[in-house]
Amino acid sequence: MDERLIVTASPHIRDNTTTRGLMGNVLIALVPCVVASALLFGYRALLVVGVTTAACVGLEYLYTMLLHKKNPVGDLSACVTGVILGLNFPAGMPLWICVVGAFVAIVITKQLFGGLGFNFANPALVGRLVLFLSFTSRMTAYVFPDMAVDALATATPLAPGVDKASINLLDMLLGVHGGVLGETCAAAILIGLAFLLATHTIGFAIPGSIVGTVFVLSLVATRDLHTALISILSGGLLFGAVFMATDYVTSPFTTIGKVFYGIFIGLITFTIRQFGSMNEGMSYAILLGNLLTPWFNTWSHQIPLGYVKAGKKGKKAKEKPMDKQPAPAAGKGGAV
Amino acid sequence: MLKSLKRSAKGASVPHEKATAALATVKMEPPKHVIIPMQMHIGAPAEPIVKKGDTVMVGTLIGKAGGFVSANIHASVSGTVLEVASIRMVNGVVCKAVAIEADGNQTVDPACQPPTVNDKPSLLAAIQACGLVGVGGAGFPTHVKLAADTLDTLIINAAECEPYLTTDAREMLECSESIMAGIEMVMKQCKIPHCIIGIERNKPECIDLMCSLVREMPGVTVKPLPMRYPQGAEKTLIETCTGREVPKTAPSGKPGIPADCGCVVMNVTSISTLGKYLKTGIPLVAKRLTVEGDAIAEPKNIEVPIGTLYSDVIAACGGIKNEVELGKIIFGGPMMGGAAPSADYPVLKQNNGLLLFSRAAATLPEPEPCIRCGRCITACPMGLEPVVIAEGFAAKDMEVLQKRNVDLCVACGSCTYACPAKRPVSQNMGLAKAWYLKQLKEKAGK
Repeated sequence: MDERLIVTASPHIRDNTTTRGLMGNVLIALVPCVVASALLFGYRALLVVGVTTAACVGLEYLYTMLLHKKNPVGDLSACVTGVILGLNFPAGMPLWICVVGAFVAIVITKQLFGGLGFNFANPALVGRLVLFLSFTSRMTAYVFPDMAVDALATATPLAPGVDKASINLLDMLLGVHGGVLGETCAAAILIGLAFLLATHTIGFAIPGSIVGTVFVLSLVATRDLHTALISILSGGLLFGAVFMATDYVTSPFTTIGKVFYGIFIGLITFTIRQFGSMNEGMSYAILLGNLLTPWFNTWSHQIPLGYVKAGKKGKKAKEKPMDKQPAPAAGKGGAV
Repeated sequence: MLKSLKRSAKGASVPHEKATAALATVKMEPPKHVIIPMQMHIGAPAEPIVKKGDTVMVGTLIGKAGGFVSANIHASVSGTVLEVASIRMVNGVVCKAVAIEADGNQTVDPACQPPTVNDKPSLLAAIQACGLVGVGGAGFPTHVKLAADTLDTLIINAAECEPYLTTDAREMLECSESIMAGIEMVMKQCKIPHCIIGIERNKPECIDLMCSLVREMPGVTVKPLPMRYPQGAEKTLIETCTGREVPKTAPSGKPGIPADCGCVVMNVTSISTLGKYLKTGIPLVAKRLTVEGDAIAEPKNIEVPIGTLYSDVIAACGGIKNEVELGKIIFGGPMMGGAAPSADYPVLKQNNGLLLFSRAAATLPEPEPCIRCGRCITACPMGLEPVVIAEGFAAKDMEVLQKRNVDLCVACGSCTYACPAKRPVSQNMGLAKAWYLKQLKEKAGK
C-alpha cells in the first residue's frame, strides 16, 4: 500500500451516460428518417445527407486544428448537426450548397461562439435558414417522391390553393408528398421520437407541447379534425419538434420552461402559417425560441423543496396548523 | 405531472451493488490498538478525561461532551491509554484523540448499567450519556434532535440509498427487537404519536420483517420507498413519508430543521443502538461496516470497535486482492463518502462503510464542455438548478446564488452522478455554497 491513493471529492461514481452516447442516440433515432428519405427520394438523398455530414465533421476538424483546440469530433455533435442539416434539404440540392450550409452551421454558428455548449441557436437550423434566404428557389424545389429525382417539382401540402381535404392522411404519415428529405415521412420521425423517449435522451415536454399547441390552434381555427391533422403532419413541424427544437444547448433547462418554450414555438408556427406570407414557419419559430431561451431560463425556475414565498409564509402557516396536518399516510405495505 | 412542473427532483438512478446484503455480520477480533478522536459528531468536540497510562475498559467514558450540542465518547476496547494527542482527521479537522493499547480481553466496564428512564428528560439524559449520534453519516447528536417539543412524527430512516452499503439492512434483520424497543421508548417518553419506518423497495425482506413486527405497535407504520438516490436524505425522506416540506427558513429566521414541520428523523441503526443501550447499558462503542469494492478480497459486513484503523479492518477482510492495485479508499458510501489519503485513519461513530476501489474503478473520466442538457436539474432532490448556480458562481453574483437558493444544497452528489459531460457539478455547488455563506457572514459582520 505504498502506492499513492486517489483522493477526490465525492461522489466517487458516475453514470455511464456520456455526451457522445446521447449524440449517438440522436443519430440512431435519425436512421429511420434517413432510410425513409432514401426510399422516397432515391439514392441522391443519401448523397445529400452524406456530403453534408462529411462537410460538417470535416469543417469542425479543420477549424479546431487550425486554432489548436482540442479535437471535439469524437463527441458526435457535428455528425448530428450534419445529418439534421442534410435532412433539411430537398433531394435535388446542389452539393456545393450543402457544403455552404455546413460552413454556416459549424463554423459560423457553432465554433465562432465557442463550440459545443455555447452556440446561441441550433447550428443546423441557422444553416437551413441562411440557405433558405440565400437560395430560396433551390431550397423549395421540392420533388414529388416517386423514386425519381428528376420528377416535377411539387408544392408542399401547406401551400395556398392546395385543397387540404383531398389529401390522404396515410400518404402524409408515410411521407408520399412534397417536402425536404427528412420532414415528409411522419412515421419515421415518430419511430425516432419513440427511441429518444425510451432511452431518456429527450423528454416529451418540448415535442409534446409544440405539436399539441399547433394541433389545438388549427382545430380551433378550422374546426376540422382532418385539416388539423394535416397541419401537424405536414411541413417541418414534426421533424423540427422532435430533432431541432429539442437541442439541449438552445432549449430551456426546466420542465416548465420546456413546456412554455414548446407552446411559444407552436404559437409562432401557427401564426406564421395562418397569417404570414410564407407556407412554412417552423424554422423561424424555433429560431425565435432558441434566441429567447436565456429569457425562458431566467424565469421558469423550479420551486425548491421547502421554499416558502416571503409573502405567503403567514398565510400558509394559518392554513396548515401543525396539529391539523393530515396524519401521515400509511404505506401500501404498512401495518395491516 | 403537475409536480414535475414544480420541480423534477428525480434524484439519480444509482446502481444498487448490494452484494453484501445476505452476509451476516461478523465480529472483528479487537485490534492491537485503537485511536479514538474526540470529534465524531457535529458540534463542540468532547474533552478527553483520561491521561497516559490510565486503564480503561469497554464503555469507560474517555471524552466528556463539550456542551449541549456535543456527545460523550467511550473506550471501545479494554486496555491502557497510550497517548492523548492532537491528530489530523481524515476530513482535515485537527482534534484531540485518545490512543488505547488493547489487552484483547474486551472487559466491559462495570459502570455500564442500564439507565432508568421514566420521562423525557431522563431519556434525553440517557441518550446523551451513551454518546449516541446520527450514525447514518451526519453524526448529529441525537439528544439535541429529540429535545424539540413540536414533534408529532418519528421517521426511522432505513432507506439506505447509497450503493454498496448494507449495514442498515443487516441491522434490521439482526437487531429488529432493539429497533422496536428503541422506537417504543422514544414514542412513549417524547410523546410522539406517529412513527414511520421508511425502507427502500430494494430490501423486500426487511420490509416484510418490519411489517410483521409493527402489527402490534399502534401508530407505527412501514413505508416502502421508491428506489431513487438520495431517498434517505432527511428532507427528501420527510417529504416522501409525510408529504411535508422542511421549510427553508424557520419562523425564527434560522435555517429550517425537521422539527419545524413536526418531524424527527433517526437512522435505523441509531434507534437500534438506543434500544441496546437501554437494555444493556453498553454505550456506542462498536460499529458495523460494509467492507466492499472491487479491490477487497473478502467483502463483509463486519462489526468493529470504534477507533479501529482502516488498515486493521482491511486486514480482517482478507486484505487487498492479489494483482489488484488499490486506487481509492472511501469511508462511507460512494455518493457522499470521503476519500482517504491512506489507510491509517480510525473508524468513526458515523462511518458505515469502507469501500476499496481498484485504480481502474477509481479513475474518473475527464470533464467535457457542459451541453446544458439540464440533467443536473432533473436529478437535484431539492429542486435546485446547478447549471444556473454554476454560472452565478463563476460570475461571483450573490443575487443569483441567493435567488437560486444555493444554501439548500445537501451535497448529495446526484448532479455530478447524472452529468453526461462528467463535470464536477456538486463539487462546484459545494464551493458556491461555502462562498455564499462566507459572503453573507462578512456582510452581517460589517
